[in-house]
Amino acid sequence: MASKSIDNQIDPSPRVPGLRAEFVFRKILLLSGLVIVVLLAAIFLSLFLHSLPSLRAFGLSFFFTKTWDPVSGKFGMLSFLVGTLLTSFLSLLICLPFSLAISIFLGEYFREGPLSSFLRNVTELLAGIPSIIYGFWGLFVLVPIVRKLEIILGIPPYGVGIFTASLILAVMIVPYAASIGGEVISLVPSDIKEAAYSLGATRQEVITKVILPYARSGIMAGILLALGRALGETMAVTMVIGNSNLLPRSIFSPGNTMASVIANEFTEATGRLYLSSLIEIGLLLFLVTMVINIVGRYIIKKVSVEA
Amino acid sequence: MNSLRRGKLPPHAAKGLTIFVVFILLFFPSLPWAKGVELLGAGATFPYPLYSKMFHEYWQLTGVKVNYQAIGSGGGIRQLMNMTVDFGGSDAFMSDGELAKAPAKILHIPTCLGAVILTYNVPGNPELTFTPDLIADIFLGKITKWSDIRIAEVNPEVTFSNMPIAVVHRSDGSGTTFIFTDYVSKANSEWQRRVGRGKAVNWPVGLGAKGNPGVAGLIRQLPGAFGYVELVYALQNRMPVASIRNKKGTLVQPGIASTSLAANIPLPDDTRISLTNTDASEGYPISSFTWILVYQEQSYRKRSMEKAQELVKLLGWMTHEGQQYTESLHYAPLPAEAVRKAEKIIKSITYNGEQIHR
Repeated sequence: MASKSIDNQIDPSPRVPGLRAEFVFRKILLLSGLVIVVLLAAIFLSLFLHSLPSLRAFGLSFFFTKTWDPVSGKFGMLSFLVGTLLTSFLSLLICLPFSLAISIFLGEYFREGPLSSFLRNVTELLAGIPSIIYGFWGLFVLVPIVRKLEIILGIPPYGVGIFTASLILAVMIVPYAASIGGEVISLVPSDIKEAAYSLGATRQEVITKVILPYARSGIMAGILLALGRALGETMAVTMVIGNSNLLPRSIFSPGNTMASVIANEFTEATGRLYLSSLIEIGLLLFLVTMVINIVGRYIIKKVSVEA
Repeated sequence: MNSLRRGKLPPHAAKGLTIFVVFILLFFPSLPWAKGVELLGAGATFPYPLYSKMFHEYWQLTGVKVNYQAIGSGGGIRQLMNMTVDFGGSDAFMSDGELAKAPAKILHIPTCLGAVILTYNVPGNPELTFTPDLIADIFLGKITKWSDIRIAEVNPEVTFSNMPIAVVHRSDGSGTTFIFTDYVSKANSEWQRRVGRGKAVNWPVGLGAKGNPGVAGLIRQLPGAFGYVELVYALQNRMPVASIRNKKGTLVQPGIASTSLAANIPLPDDTRISLTNTDASEGYPISSFTWILVYQEQSYRKRSMEKAQELVKLLGWMTHEGQQYTESLHYAPLPAEAVRKAEKIIKSITYNGEQIHR
């Protein structure tokens, strides 16, 4: 509706060339926007169509079968599903205290000043590091450390596994959770905080009893977006998770994730059912991340309107 | 909209158009009218370093550019089936079933040999020996400790600690995995029944790592690790390699010579033969040809006669003069018998039904 009314205000008259350029420019923008929407729909459609053979062959049992055997053509994604869920939620658990601390620090204690902007930039820089670099760092630095830990704990010291992958993922998603959390915390109205202070609350009490409950849903949204990122992360996870297609027995076992199995096997997958099963995993990943993103953005929108 | 049709383009639009044209030129530097003959191939990553070297030398020699994209054997075959490339590259030969699905007759031309070696990380990295059953049982998870009596039996001069064996395999679908599992399937019936052969299989035990560098890196890091990588990669990185008892009972150390010797058996005329578990008495048992795939009839998709001739010349050069570049890059050259077979296959390539002479 809004764009229509602006269209009416600016009459694309040939006598005013600047306005005509404006008109063309707007149409180009609209077209680019539409292309994105069409692209998304096309991706979904092609994923769906290509996963039809596997959907028909395995139906719902695809989600509950743990055998992934390209040789005999039996496919089930249970171990990848478990691997994805384990790594994602474990990484959220690890990242939560850190991202929360950073959000509180940036949103409440040091909103301005050189230290704050330094910390903010560093956190955002974490998000800009290519995931392959995280993978290499994980493989050469983190894996030996985890191996030492595993020797101490008396479990097979592989070094790679679900736990190592979760650690890497936690570092990767901290910026997402922290930056949104920080913004939401800084949006908490100062009159509420001042009211709490005037009642004699300490700063810690204000944070735990006033700010965090008020910003709760926004912080949740940040975590959801971080979760969306964790679910789909591929390269770094592949390098440290151990890529074993067996169901993980503990968080230190090697495992595999949905994104990682696609990345590993797609290029050399032969046979219609094999390809189609990989695409079905992709379809599921696409849907899950989309839903998580939509829910996350919806909460953020609601929070910003409230504030 | 009307205004657009009537008037001249506004200055902004003209500028935008110029930028657009410049972009197009930037992204498509090789417009079709700019070049003479250029050959396009795609496929196996395994021979890529060798092919790059060969194609570079060939370009300096003849001025013919060959563009090879290492997208994997499966991708190479797919592209050839779609007729979007001049030749495909593959580490595994196409089965009769796959060939029947092709739009026209496809020929296999061997270009060199490769091998898969077993490597390990045990204290001191002594030279170790394995039998096929030992390899199968370790990869099946039946032998789990380096101190197992069956490992000690074939390696009497080595003392092993009680370290657990960490099996490492490829996580990505790969020709290397195919050659390795093909060998174990032939040599061990339990493996054949429970796991089988494929570019990716349902591994009973072990850790997966991506690519030869991934597997090698994990083995180097992980004490007690045992896994397989390509011979080329192992030689380049000076990794410990295991000797294997072959089908004839000879203990063979992997190397360029023993890999070439694996083809020292009667070859079929179309060279589609698996060399794993070879009958050759001095041959290394986990060896394989790598092939270039072309259509026998070259006039498909309105290709020019000139292009077909250049392709035939290139193939001839690769199987003869080009072989000199194999050993310095750690690939095994074709034995004389394979070269003769390749020559015959290349001579059978036609254009509109007529033979293209070299």
